[in-house]
Amino acid sequence: MSFLANFFAKRNTSAVARDRLQILLAHERSSGSGESDLIAKLHREILEVIKRHVAVDQDKVQIKLDGGTDGRSMLEIDIEVPRLDSHTEVGHSA
Amino acid sequence: MAKVLVVTSGKGGVGKTTSTAALGAALAQTGQNVAVVDFDVGLRNLDLVMGAERRVVFDLINVIQGDAKLAQALIRDKRCETLSILPASQTRDKDALTAEGVERVMGELREKFDWVLCDSPAGIERGAQLAMYHADLAVVVTNPEVSSVRDSDRIIGMLDSTTERAKRGEKMEKHLLVTRYDPARASKGEMLSTEDVLEILSIPLLGIVPESEEVLRSSNVGSPVTLAHPDSAPARAYFDSARRLMGEKLDISVPVERKGLLDWLFKKRVA
Repeated sequence: MSFLANFFAKRNTSAVARDRLQILLAHERSSGSGESDLIAKLHREILEVIKRHVAVDQDKVQIKLDGGTDGRSMLEIDIEVPRLDSHTEVGHSA
Repeated sequence: MAKVLVVTSGKGGVGKTTSTAALGAALAQTGQNVAVVDFDVGLRNLDLVMGAERRVVFDLINVIQGDAKLAQALIRDKRCETLSILPASQTRDKDALTAEGVERVMGELREKFDWVLCDSPAGIERGAQLAMYHADLAVVVTNPEVSSVRDSDRIIGMLDSTTERAKRGEKMEKHLLVTRYDPARASKGEMLSTEDVLEILSIPLLGIVPESEEVLRSSNVGSPVTLAHPDSAPARAYFDSARRLMGEKLDISVPVERKGLLDWLFKKRVA
């Protein structure tokens, strides 16, 4: 069986190359100049909104834009917030 | 109206200079007035590939700095009178290229010629930026190989953002030229196919130049393959590409080497 696996693996190195390129370039294109401005802006403004209500650490916010292959992009926002109880609330209700 | 075309790739060694010479000579053989311009300041090679290395007196930097007139620096090809070359400087470095100087020279070239083909240096820095800045269209030379495709993708991004056209909000016409293509290996799945490269880079295909011994033989003797071996497979790919640049609609195929009966018999015996 391993003989067969080897046989097919060797035949399809171009498919491996294509897949690797597609993944890499999707990532590189999204970190290109135009979109990285957008991400920086989103990063700042989303953080501002959240900061009004919750104390968040700037470094614990991850924003990622993945260019999908089907013409759609996925915006991923990952924000680590402290446990939401009355002590961490920084609202101006008082 | 003159067309300024940049031959670019990002990666080195993929065939920019060979393609500039071959496309330039192919266009010139249709009667169009063509200038090929070497932007690789410090590492000029277009003169060598074109067989004009011993006729260089003045170069692009001399013209930019006002030490020579454009007409003095242009070298007319001995085999094809509608083809001229503007060599790069071998002794200066790329900082001698100024944006204003390049703009003035490109303006003068536009008045004199129908086609101006700029041979870009490898890389994405100043020399490459200036070579593409004034272009109306770009030929992106790509080998069916991962690092070349990645670099081409980067260059396509630059063509769409840092050129004069892009800054005016106009569209940059981009064409993909696949070179060093081996149809046998591609069909066995050992090499990225043209379809793969097209799918990844998504710009229109100008032509597929097969890997061929004729290319090296031509540069050995200092002649574009479209002048030295016009019937060879790579030359036919370049002639078709030139016709497409002039607006003709042609089906794209990979030209194969035409073999005589004797070649065929000989090959059989050896095998």
